[in-house]
Amino acid sequence: MIEELGTTEQGDLVINIGPQHPSTHGVLHLVVTLSGETIKNVEPHLGYIHRSIEKMCESLTYRQFIYVTSRMDYLSSHINNHGCALCVEKGMQIEVPPRAQVIRVLMDELTRLASHQLWWGAMAMDLGALTPFFHAFREREAINEIMEETCGARLTMNYMVPGGVMFDLHPNFQNKVKDFIQLFKSKIDEYDEMVTNNIIFQSRMKNIGVLSREDAISYGCSGPTARASGVNCDIRKLYPYDVYASTKFDEVLEWKGDCFARYMVRLGEMRQSLSIIEQLIDNIPEGDFQAKTKAVLKLPKGEFYSRVETARGEFGVYIISEGATTPYRIKFRSPGFSNLSALNHMAKGHKIGDMIAIMGTLDLVIPDIDR
Amino acid sequence: MFSLEGITASLHNWLNSRFGPTPALVVEMVIVAVLAISLFAVLGLVLVFMERKVSAYMQIRLGPNRVGPAGLLQTAADTLKLAVKEGLTPNGADKLLFNLAPFLVIVVSMLILAPIAFAKNFQIWDLNIGVLYISAISSLSVVGILMAGWASNNKYSLLGAMRSGAQIVSYELSAGLSILTIIVFSGSLQLSDIIASQQDGWWIFKGHIPAIIAFVIFIIAVTAETNRAPFDLAEAESELTAGFHTEYSGMRFALFFLAEYVNIFIVCGIGATLFLGGWMPLHIGHWEGFNHVMDYIPSSLWFMGKTFFLIFVIMWFRWTFPRLRIDQLLNLEWKYLLPISMVNLLLATIIAITGFHF
Amino acid sequence: MNKLKCRQKNNELPGAELKMTNEELKQCMLELLPDAAFEEGGEWLVVTPDATQWKRFALQLREFSTLHFDYLFCLSCIDWKTHFTMVYHFTSTKFRHTLVVKIKLDRTNPVIDTVCDIWRTAEFHEREVYDLFGVQFTHHPDLRRLFMTDDWKGWPLRKDYEDPVNMIKL
Repeated sequence: MIEELGTTEQGDLVINIGPQHPSTHGVLHLVVTLSGETIKNVEPHLGYIHRSIEKMCESLTYRQFIYVTSRMDYLSSHINNHGCALCVEKGMQIEVPPRAQVIRVLMDELTRLASHQLWWGAMAMDLGALTPFFHAFREREAINEIMEETCGARLTMNYMVPGGVMFDLHPNFQNKVKDFIQLFKSKIDEYDEMVTNNIIFQSRMKNIGVLSREDAISYGCSGPTARASGVNCDIRKLYPYDVYASTKFDEVLEWKGDCFARYMVRLGEMRQSLSIIEQLIDNIPEGDFQAKTKAVLKLPKGEFYSRVETARGEFGVYIISEGATTPYRIKFRSPGFSNLSALNHMAKGHKIGDMIAIMGTLDLVIPDIDR
Repeated sequence: MFSLEGITASLHNWLNSRFGPTPALVVEMVIVAVLAISLFAVLGLVLVFMERKVSAYMQIRLGPNRVGPAGLLQTAADTLKLAVKEGLTPNGADKLLFNLAPFLVIVVSMLILAPIAFAKNFQIWDLNIGVLYISAISSLSVVGILMAGWASNNKYSLLGAMRSGAQIVSYELSAGLSILTIIVFSGSLQLSDIIASQQDGWWIFKGHIPAIIAFVIFIIAVTAETNRAPFDLAEAESELTAGFHTEYSGMRFALFFLAEYVNIFIVCGIGATLFLGGWMPLHIGHWEGFNHVMDYIPSSLWFMGKTFFLIFVIMWFRWTFPRLRIDQLLNLEWKYLLPISMVNLLLATIIAITGFHF
Repeated sequence: MNKLKCRQKNNELPGAELKMTNEELKQCMLELLPDAAFEEGGEWLVVTPDATQWKRFALQLREFSTLHFDYLFCLSCIDWKTHFTMVYHFTSTKFRHTLVVKIKLDRTNPVIDTVCDIWRTAEFHEREVYDLFGVQFTHHPDLRRLFMTDDWKGWPLRKDYEDPVNMIKL
């Protein structure tokens, strides 16, 4: 996995980390310049999973391109689809029925929970504790089963359509989600006990990879990475979409900007997601699950930008349309891309083990970065 | 009741009467050698299987359950696989040292077996400096590790070996000092004397505070000495390559692997002997009735039970804690464990002199 | 067991009352660039300066106290077959107003100033635009291909990009 690329003139060692990783980051190739054990420079080499999605979408219709984004950040696939659907609805001025809005938000929050669970397990595994990974997946199975019943798939749930959702909820959905909420409330306290309060974890994460507030803004970081440095950037609060405006939840902020702060933000977000689901699960309005739209959608000439808060940060969909059935140009603003650009800044001066911890807390999903 | 010393005693008498003292001694030595090697083999099998099952149940899965009844033959299958694998020697490696290193590590482990008392009167060699012998010989394993790292002709093996070496040498100090605490209490280096002094209670109970502190430090130190998590930085899979035994394959790798597990058994055996009474059953002071009942359980069972309990605790550590960074590891030893164990030794000495223990 | 204390910054951020509407932003832009052109339509103000004025304008966007555009959240390029357009989306984390800047580039020789010394996120984004469109960013510290291999020929996201091996025409 690591082979030496050579030495620089100053006698520093240049090594590769990746592109294969033992944990679920994805194919990220880092070229690290080390002086002894201390990192002097980290250079990401991207493109191992570049599938030219933006170019592909130029030949897909507005109904088709939504599902390609599931494969970008596959852990927040619902949320990505949601962003695309919102953009198309903005362009076509489609009004989404209330039932569909609530269903979308429920699915979003379940996806966010599942993504954070996997992040937690993978991050603990990176630091050397192999057991939490299994515990995280055990809880994630419950969410996967709920998704499978309603949407038909466990990871890339192609469930959103412009105007609402594709099918109605399965009759078991409410009960299963309620059971899951009860189960997870006790488990998240276990997560705290197992990992958060463990002194070894804390000493491996505190004061490592500090990202100041100005740097977070300058590097364009969003999501938990930026919120751990004190930046208010929760899209669900700033530019609410669907029913987020009427749901009560807190934006989790920390101020230190180190690995532990990012960790605490994500744990806090898990609890907030749970509370959102609890609020909504009993109050799903009756009605249509999909607005009536034409079979073939044609966005009017112009450009439209919509943004959603995925588990990693701000996902932006920027559609430039010329009035045809396919978009002229789509740009996906992926959160991981900007978060990754801060890695070099954060890892300088630390050791390799620390860089693994930083990468773990940045929660990178490489297909999201490479598109 | 069943007793191993009965078997050894009767065998000894039979051989002496049959052959005469010197040939009998030779035959006994051969028997002991065969037993030691087979103990190694069996221990390796059992411990690897135990690790896999224990880790599996801690991770809510089942572990090996296909090969043989309930997966018991899994390790045998693995050993067979390792034995028939091709043993590669890397290009440019120092052939002599490369081949010698695993044997050195195994031989050291076998040598330490000598003074350990598996049951009452069931020691290979009850020498009067038993504990000193154990400490000294276990330091030799560092040489084997450094040899392996150097002879592999691989920068990362060397790096891993250096880290390993630094870690083992540092933690030997704390382990030694905690062992010394018990020596202070029992007053003798001979293992049979130490066990006999626990006739009325194990040192961990009799020695109260210093013995408990010494026990905790001992467990931490031996986890670090055997390169087990959370101190397994030298073999951290998610960071560097597999440390000093990267370039080893086939039977030589099997020897390293075996040596690691046997080392765990040995250090847990030593811990059980010094702190938990070895083969001595649980006696409480002078409660004759209770002590008599406890004596019915064979001493070998007591020893094995205590050792395997400590092995379980060490395995438990591996699957619970994350890894420490190398500087945090060495920090822990030199700034925390060593001063604490030194003060603890002083405390133990004061308590031993004033007779403040049970 | 420690309960997580979630601190919430209220939505009324300090400075939010100074959020400028599109009209006020327009006035401000005209002060900075008297001959600025604007595009109509869309929810945000779109300013179209010239490529030569870009660097100075960008600095003012960040430094001007009433503007304070410190968050560049989207940097993209559009190939309009006759010319390129660079699109920059800014927002101010202090005042929460948003601005879109569009700059027209010559298709045969697309050159523009880099802004990665003003907004560090631009470093990667500009490399991506260079890789996919071929736009040259002057004074960029490390302008190399990002996704494609280093020896790739051609600019994949241009409309006239031909790749008989990898592209399937239906």
